[in-house]
Formats: sequence, structure tokens, C-alpha cells
Amino acid sequence: MDKYIGKSVLKGVAVGRVFWYEKQDYHIEKRTISDIDGEIARFQDALKAAREQLTALYEEALVSVGEDHSAIFDIHRMMLEDDDYLEAIDAAIREGWNAEYAVEAAQNQFAQLFASMDDDYMKARAVDIKDISQRIIRLLMGIREDGIPTDEPVILVADDLTPSETVKMDKNKILAFVTVRGSSNSHTAILARSMNLPALVNTKMTPAEEWNGKVGVVDGFSGTFLLEPDQDILDEMIRRKNQWVADLEALEQLKGKDNVTGDGRRIDVFANIGKVSDADAVLDADAGGIGLFRSEFLYLGRDSFPTEEEQFQSYKTVLEKMDGRKVVIRTMDIGADKKVDYFRLDAEENPALGYRAIRICLDRPEIFITQLRAIYRASAYGKAAIMFPMIVSVEEVQRIKEMVNQVKEELEVEGYPMGEVELGIMVETPAAALISDTLAGEVDFFSIGTNDLTQYTLAVDRQNQKLESTCNTHHPAVLKLIEMTVKNAHEAGIWAGICGELAADTDLTERFLDMGVDELSVSPSAVLKVRKAVRDIS
Amino acid sequence: MKEFQYVIQDPVGLHARPAGLLVKQAAGFKSKVTVESGGKSVDAGKLIMLMSLGIKQGMEVTCRIEGEDEEEAAEALQTFFRENL
Repeated sequence: MDKYIGKSVLKGVAVGRVFWYEKQDYHIEKRTISDIDGEIARFQDALKAAREQLTALYEEALVSVGEDHSAIFDIHRMMLEDDDYLEAIDAAIREGWNAEYAVEAAQNQFAQLFASMDDDYMKARAVDIKDISQRIIRLLMGIREDGIPTDEPVILVADDLTPSETVKMDKNKILAFVTVRGSSNSHTAILARSMNLPALVNTKMTPAEEWNGKVGVVDGFSGTFLLEPDQDILDEMIRRKNQWVADLEALEQLKGKDNVTGDGRRIDVFANIGKVSDADAVLDADAGGIGLFRSEFLYLGRDSFPTEEEQFQSYKTVLEKMDGRKVVIRTMDIGADKKVDYFRLDAEENPALGYRAIRICLDRPEIFITQLRAIYRASAYGKAAIMFPMIVSVEEVQRIKEMVNQVKEELEVEGYPMGEVELGIMVETPAAALISDTLAGEVDFFSIGTNDLTQYTLAVDRQNQKLESTCNTHHPAVLKLIEMTVKNAHEAGIWAGICGELAADTDLTERFLDMGVDELSVSPSAVLKVRKAVRDIS
Repeated sequence: MKEFQYVIQDPVGLHARPAGLLVKQAAGFKSKVTVESGGKSVDAGKLIMLMSLGIKQGMEVTCRIEGEDEEEAAEALQTFFRENL
């Protein structure tokens, strides 16, 4: 048995025969030409044919892998219209070189541009430049592009795969990918994730002809590729593969099911979103509602404040999409670390402890009132709730409620319909947790923001990588504050949820249920995982 | 001339797909559109150069628009950045 280590892009297991996809090699000649106009015409013909191929590939991919993954061919076609790239080729031909060589020289020049970048994603773009260039070269040389001839499903082993190679493959004939090169941002990786296939990239191996037809195992959990494993290992890997497939199906089966433990305790599993289009993922994951709708997207990346109408449209769209399920909108959490020029915020020594979120809202009511008006107007279209971030005192909540009442009165006079809106606060400062008994008398719910709560409780900057081990989200102090907050909420008869990253930590799900947490709000992709953790508790 | 700043929100940055869309958007206006990041400025019509800026999440870009339809172009491009990046 041989064992090779690679970088796993999907945690799954595949067992099957190996197929080595060996690229055909062709030699590109460098020669001088005399008929420059003729050579340019030859290049133009190949360029035109390449664009036609890409248009066809795009349409083919649209059907087989969907719009997201077919876009790359549209990008390739656009790259073939790039002035800089075309001028480089044109210039080389005009210097008297043959078209094949001119294209290869441009390929090397532009691929280098990306290969030297420090970003993995951009490094992977060098492959795109090669893909488009080689396409033209093949056309110039009259070399046909081969698909991958496989009859039975195989583990596909290759040096690297270009987007056009991956899309040409019959998806039903592939069990897994293993490539020598590539990164977790390569097309192979992206495609593997979209198809839910185990895949290893950047694998330390030298594939050979005799690998073809041998039995292999791809273990995406450990990042290993086994060639001709011993029978006992093979049996174990088949068992793990079946387990993985069963787990996947089991998660899928959980759609439409309740979040209830074996002993009958219930909890709501909601989802967190940061923009309007995320609502689709929430519905797809079958979350019970939106527990945290971050509203910062409305403010970032522009040079003036979003209008009431703009905000209203965004909230309304999400509320309508969620069709009666609860949507908890968090008022803007802009601060000194999230830079928005038109807010004209001063630079700060300690942004996390600075002028941010509700502190800005209370200081500059015109900003806050616009947002509140937009949310209340949208509340007629679904089940809206509002929560306020960074609360440290009862006085803040009282001032907020005064402003809310003022907004409601105005809108009523103006004749806008409104729905019932629950008002809650984020409990994300130790202060709010410690006075949660008093705060509970002022609001309809608490949502515990564990990311900031951990940072403020442990005095650890969570962006500081050196402090990663100190930033222990399971710290007893953090858990005590959560427990206290939930207890105080219940004593006042209101509900309490968790919307930080900790909510998705299934090691703590049972602990949260024991504390009586009413709702966990997690990223849409974690909803079913958390549901499973809840249902697995007996 | 119109100008605006935008901080990239997309986790993978100005990757191939939105860069392609940006080129198409920019081509729809008569104005000259440039994108500047990290001290380098490129023509928004040039896909490869645009991608080569290596613009990542959290980086600020400055978009400049100059020409007869700059008002309209600036507005459309701001919306584009907000919705796609």
C-alpha cells in the first residue's frame, strides 16, 4: 500500500478504481516568420474559434453544473478580449515570431503576474491564463481537446485540472479528485465542493501509468490518498464511506423536522444573515427564522447614508421571503473599526471599546430614527423584531424605547401600517449580562452575542492571532454569564437566544439546553448540524 | 470627476467573476473608469490587470469616473460594488 498526503477540500470518503488523467504533451516551436499579416490572420482565426468554443462550453456548463460554476467560461471569453493580453501577442507576431510562440510568451508573462502574488486565490488564476492560452495554441496547431474517457466511476488523479477539463467530465463517472497541484481555491476544489465529492489538492505524489485501474481510497477527513490498501484497511474505509454517505443523507432528512431532544425539550434553530440574498440559504437550510440580520451591509461601501426607502426595501424583501417566520434585525453596528467615511468618525486608540453601534445611534438620532422608521414600515410585511447592539445600561434601553415610541407615533400619524415588533437587546458586554435582571424588565428578548462577550470578558482581542489559545470561548466565566442571562430572562418571562459563533458549537448544545436557552442562531450551513445535535440528545 | 471609496466585503475579494461583471458594467458607460488599490491604478475595462491588483476582503478601493455620464455611472457602480463585493 502507498500513502500520499494532500490538502483536503471536502470531508468525505471515496473508494474506487484510479484513473490517471495524463495530459498530452505538445511542443511549441519558436520560429521566425516572414508573412506577418498572414500570421496575424491565422491568430485572429484561432482567437475567434477559441471564443466560440468558450461560448459553447459556457452553455454546456450552464446545464451540467449551474450558473455559478459556468461563469468561469464567460470570464475566459472576456480574458480573450483583454487589450493588454492581445496587444502582447500582436506585438510578438509583429516582431516576426510565429503565433504559437507569441501566445505562449504572453501566457508566461501574464501567468507570472498571478503566480507571484501572495494570495492563494489569485495564484490559482495563473491556471486561467494558461487555459485560455493553451486553447488558442491547440487551435493553431490543430490539436483536438480530449475529454476524460471513463466508463465506470473513478478516482480521478491528475497533475492539475483546468476548468474546461473539469466541465468536460461526466459528473456521474467521478468519485473523487486527487491532484498534484492546485489549491483550495482551484477550480477542481470549487467544483468538488459544489458536487459534494471528496478531493485532495496539492498532493505529494508522482502519478504513473501503472496506477490506472488500481484500487484507491480518498480520505478527505485525514487528507490522505491510499493506493492499493490492504484488505483490512479497505474494509474499514468502505465502512467509513458508507457512514459518511449515511450522515449526509441523515442531515438532508432532518429538513422539516423539529429541533427536539429525545426527552422532549425544544429549542429554536434560527440563522444569521448579512445581506438580503442570504435569505434563500436560510429557507434552503430549513431554519425556523432569522435570529440575526446584520444591517451593516446597508451602510458599508457608499459615500452617503442609505435612505429610509432603500432600507425599507431591503427589510421588506427579507420579511416577505421569510413568509411569517421571525426576522430579528440588529440595528447598525458600525464603529471605529468598520470604516465608513461619511460617518466622519475619529480614529480611536481602542476601537472595540470606542464610539460604535448604539453609542453612535444615541448620539446621532437622525441616523437611528431613519433606520427605525424603515424597519417599522417593513414590519407590516412579516414578523419583524429589532435588537440593539452594545448595550451597557438600563438608561440606554429607556432612551431607545422613547425614540421607538416617537417613531411609531409619527408613522401612525402618517398612515403607515405596522406589525407587532418585539424589541430586544444584544447581551454582549459583561455589564449587560451582570444587570440582565434589570434589563429583562425593559425588553421582550435577549440575544447573547458570544463573540464580543468572550472578547470583553476575557480582555482578549479576538483578531489577535497570538492570543488564539487565550480566547477560550468555553471559559467558565463566559458560560456563567450566559447562564445568568438566560436565568434572568426567564424570571422576567422573556426569551433568550444565542447568536454568536458559540451557538453552532455542538459540544455545547446540551449545555445550552440545560441552561434553558430558547433559540440558537447559526450560519445557514450549520442549521441542520445543530438540529442533529439537538435530536441526538436523549 | 466622480470618486468613491469602497471596502471589499466579499471573503475572496475582487475575484474573477465580479471582476468580469465590473468590466461589463464599466463598458456600459462613456466615462473612463479606473480602480485604484494599494497605490496601483488600473483601467476598469482591463480584466487581467484588474484581477492582478489582488484586491482582498477588507481592502479599500477607490473608483474614479470621468466623462459625460459620470453622475449616472458613479451611481450604478456604487450599487454594483455594494451588491457584488
